[in-house]
Amino acid sequence: MPVDIDIAKVARLARIAITEEEAAEYGAQLGDILEHAARVQALPTDGVPPTAHPLPIANALRDDVIEPTLDREEVLAQAPERDGDFFKLPPFLEDS
Amino acid sequence: MSAYDVVIGIETHVELRTASKMFCGCPVDFTAEPNTAVCPVCLGLPGALPVPNARAVEWTIALGSALGCDIAAESVFHRKNYFYADLPKNYQISQFDLPLCSDGKLDVEVDGVPTVVGITRVHMEEDTGKSTHMGAGGRITGSEGSLVDFNRSGVPLVEVVSEPDIKTPEQARAYATELREIVLSLGISDARLEEGSMRFDANISLRPPGQQELGVKVEVKNMNSLRSLQRALAYEIERQTKRLDADEPIEQATRHWEEESRRTAPGRSKEESSDYRYLREPDLIPVAVSRETIEAVGSGLPELPAARRSRYREMGLDFEAARLVSAGEGLGGLLEAAVAEGAGAASVANWLTGDVMAQIRSLGTPVEETPLTGARLAELVAMVDGGELSATAAKDVLAGVMAGEGEPRQIAEERDLMQITDSGFIEEAVDRVLAEHPDEVERLRGGDGRLTGFLVGMVMKATGGKADPRQVSEMIRSRAGA
Repeated sequence: MPVDIDIAKVARLARIAITEEEAAEYGAQLGDILEHAARVQALPTDGVPPTAHPLPIANALRDDVIEPTLDREEVLAQAPERDGDFFKLPPFLEDS
Repeated sequence: MSAYDVVIGIETHVELRTASKMFCGCPVDFTAEPNTAVCPVCLGLPGALPVPNARAVEWTIALGSALGCDIAAESVFHRKNYFYADLPKNYQISQFDLPLCSDGKLDVEVDGVPTVVGITRVHMEEDTGKSTHMGAGGRITGSEGSLVDFNRSGVPLVEVVSEPDIKTPEQARAYATELREIVLSLGISDARLEEGSMRFDANISLRPPGQQELGVKVEVKNMNSLRSLQRALAYEIERQTKRLDADEPIEQATRHWEEESRRTAPGRSKEESSDYRYLREPDLIPVAVSRETIEAVGSGLPELPAARRSRYREMGLDFEAARLVSAGEGLGGLLEAAVAEGAGAASVANWLTGDVMAQIRSLGTPVEETPLTGARLAELVAMVDGGELSATAAKDVLAGVMAGEGEPRQIAEERDLMQITDSGFIEEAVDRVLAEHPDEVERLRGGDGRLTGFLVGMVMKATGGKADPRQVSEMIRSRAGA
């Protein structure tokens, strides 16, 4: 059973510009994936604990210790644009 | 009071004051030069892998425990996806359906009326970079744009989400105040609202009394003091009440509090930001917390503000003094030390909430960093209570102590501020003043009580202000036979 996907919205959320042909193609592919997921979802899983992660381990933590940082010039050299010691971006308004 | 039922929930973000960031070893340092406390992880460079900070996990458990939450045996991280220029990975690592702590509560009190505010969850996440907008002609290149400093990117954040149990702006403020005091007592954050190390966002909706369904929710942001939190909510209640009264719809939106004009204004909302497409963070494995760890963190908690306040009440402080001493950094320690030296708790609290707090404010240093100790405070209080020092002189002595001039008694002697308790000397002065003012003495005997004050003043002048006015006053009345 085909799954209905608003492919234009998915593309917009991911900031990907796609053509109508591509939308049809990706829509079909995503639909296949969702159909597969629906089949898995239909399996009886009563009594099976949910899996949080495929690896049977936990707590890969680090101590609260300061490590070396990058050189600012090297960092800002990667920026499309800089302004003094800052990354410069096209204007956006809302302060976080 | 609104004619509608008001429903408020508060989301609080607390920046932890760990040494390093949440998922990398960059320092948490708000004084660092822009873009110097950064590495591939917090810049979101391809291939960089996050590793959670163990202390941040522990502190989140501590806050959850202090709020009476259940601590999850296993909790996982999620990616919260949105595009924003201060978010270099285009997702924030946060927690979603399996937060570290959930289902707690916080007791608050407004004008003696207690309320319980449920805590939905306490979870871990990371802060974003910091952006500054420049208009055209801005800083260096002279063109319009936004400047981003990623030093804050990846700083550990704890988010505390309350249940929508809050009904008034005053309760909201009391909730925020109490939560901040708990955070401070745990020592996990500077919790400075003005600087953004503790931030409150409020969700508020109104509905007609009796209606089950909730009204349209408005999120209010950008309140950087406890007072503005209260004001912003009061403003929103008024604004929404007017619209509802006029049958106008409330728009579901994020609004920003503007402190100068004291109003909220619609913010430019993040486009379709509600669709965060949470997904399990594949780069991180779960955090498992053993029962032993939960118990150890729980039993290692310091005394929480509510318990401290009630202990101070039992020591004899009134409600307000208990609140002030408990909340004031270092004041509780001084109170307890001074009382241990034998001083009366209420007298000590008077000094702490009055002159000591005023001195700290004018010195601008934490009380722990001044030479004031419990023993010195106890001595000062004893000298005043024993009539050796007038209340006015004691203020000077306190200033001297806090300026590092030495012990109270020594300062009082050096500054010649000790009251004369030698009754022979005072008697002599009283007799002389009475003899010099026969008319006034006559009127005093005739029942004009105001003359006592005048004669006390004359004696104080004659003794250079060093007599105890109470002792002088008694002596005048008995000598004059009034």
